[in-house]
Amino acid sequence: MAFWIASSPHNHNHTKTPNLMRLVMYATLPGVLAQWYFFGWGNLIHISLAMATALICEFTVLSLRKKPISHELFDGSALLAALLIGICLPALAPWWISVIGTIFAIVIAKQLYGGLGHNPFNPAMAGYVMLLVSFPLQMTLWQPPLSLVAVDLNFTNTLYTILTGFSVEGYSVEQIRTSIDGLTMATPLDTLKTNTSLGLTVFESIKNPIFGDNFALGWEWINAGFLLGGLFLIAKKAIPWQTPISFLLSLFICSFIGYSLSPDSSASTMFHWFSGATMLGAFFILTDPVSGATSNKGRIIVGLLAGLLVYLIRTAGGYPDGVAFAVLLCNMSAPLIDQYTRPRTYGHLKGDK
Amino acid sequence: MSNEIAPQSSNETELTDKADEQAAVKAKLKAEYKELAIQGLWKNNPGLVQLLGLCPLLAVTSTVTNALGLGLATLLVIICSNATVSAIRHWVPKEIRIPIFVLIIAAFVTCVQLLMNAFTYGIYQSLGIFLPLIVTNCAIIGRAEAYASKNPVKQSAFDGLMMGLGFAIILLLLGVIREILGQGTLFDGANLLFGEWASVLRIEVMQLDSQFLLAILPPGAFIAMGILIALKNAIDNYIKNKKVVDTEQVIERVRVNFDS
Repeated sequence: MAFWIASSPHNHNHTKTPNLMRLVMYATLPGVLAQWYFFGWGNLIHISLAMATALICEFTVLSLRKKPISHELFDGSALLAALLIGICLPALAPWWISVIGTIFAIVIAKQLYGGLGHNPFNPAMAGYVMLLVSFPLQMTLWQPPLSLVAVDLNFTNTLYTILTGFSVEGYSVEQIRTSIDGLTMATPLDTLKTNTSLGLTVFESIKNPIFGDNFALGWEWINAGFLLGGLFLIAKKAIPWQTPISFLLSLFICSFIGYSLSPDSSASTMFHWFSGATMLGAFFILTDPVSGATSNKGRIIVGLLAGLLVYLIRTAGGYPDGVAFAVLLCNMSAPLIDQYTRPRTYGHLKGDK
Repeated sequence: MSNEIAPQSSNETELTDKADEQAAVKAKLKAEYKELAIQGLWKNNPGLVQLLGLCPLLAVTSTVTNALGLGLATLLVIICSNATVSAIRHWVPKEIRIPIFVLIIAAFVTCVQLLMNAFTYGIYQSLGIFLPLIVTNCAIIGRAEAYASKNPVKQSAFDGLMMGLGFAIILLLLGVIREILGQGTLFDGANLLFGEWASVLRIEVMQLDSQFLLAILPPGAFIAMGILIALKNAIDNYIKNKKVVDTEQVIERVRVNFDS
């Protein structure tokens, strides 16, 4: 009788990449539904465009690299990256925005570095930042929530606007974004930034209908949706809890310090939590197992760093939201953080090699 | 050497020997020139392989015109500096050669800068600081140190021409890629470099509604450069693989003959 000795780990986890990716995709559903409810069909159209592009790009590059196509094409990583890009885009951005962004994300940020598991940057965020840097005009075409839009944006009208740049009635995207009293409406974060630079206090700016009754009309529910999905993922142990918790805590502390020092010129802590891409970034983007830190201590440090960066970019930077830039900067520093937070090997003393 | 050892039977053989020797020297020179050209344009290209002078390479190649302007300026400077360094190579003390090379290069760069200021003011302005910065282009001082300071004037000047051409071609390629992707045009503003007649050179390759800023900004230059280097390596690998297959076939033929 042979006594077969297997090396550790003895407790196997049979989760495969496609299962994990599918779980993460399901978890975005509450947030995506909230986005659909408040901003219309635009993001769903962009998500499907991005997914189609991602599959085509992935297929082309895999066949050029002579890799097992059927195995890697449907592992869901490309689809998840496309989904995240589609969620991040302004709902009424032209169709080629999502196509170019996805091509960049899949071909350059993911496959040119060696495919899944080798990319130093989160592909979705690399694609998004590329778009933000290259097409600042199109990437700021955020429409206000549907309840504030005068034009009826049903499915066909949204599709027509994305494809041609004009709605069926002939309104341009710029006109759709303009409220009845002739003011162009931007995102809450953007509005707050502009108003603060104009010398208005936060209390005066949040009277703008874009902020709604609580923090940010529509956006708070989208963020709540992503928070729900994220908690589901943590409960399922699909993502580690350290990253999102430390990120949110860091953002909370930073904005609390800012708010207590000068309440007139800085937004409240909850506004920072429930506007922009905070929850999406915390639970779905920073937790990317490939481009993030791998040790528990390292994850906490990455989360703290990202929270600080997001707060700094939002308050002092040139862009209204900074999650994408913060994520890329954290991805860059993740290997170094991992280097210094390597856990102690079992049976060795601290500092022992 | 061989002539001294060989028995001198008649004048005729001596003459033919001399002719042979001359032919051999000529062939050697020709081979050297060929090697210089291959090294400069492909194998040791300053832009693609040595990766020298990256700063101007990435900074000014946002349009073909800028790239061409800087490429020509660099070409002129590297030819002249190589020739001069090679001409004075016997009188330069080894210990202070680098400052002397830098002085020579700086003198030529100043000439080129003043010439461009006088005749192509528009391109002079759009190249900005990168024109005087040719002095610090490592490709130029690298050639002065590695080749021109050890070889005769003619070869050095030719080496400068080939290295400069190799650099200018990469500049142009990057300029073409970035200008087409960024603005959808080619030779936009060529009249700044060549005078008024050149404004007809402007080609509208595609109509873009909005500029693709990434291609115009430095990150686009890095990405395009990386793709060019990858392309060069792919071509090299392809050629290498092909050669291996060829030699294998030769060996097979010999074996067949031996067996039969």
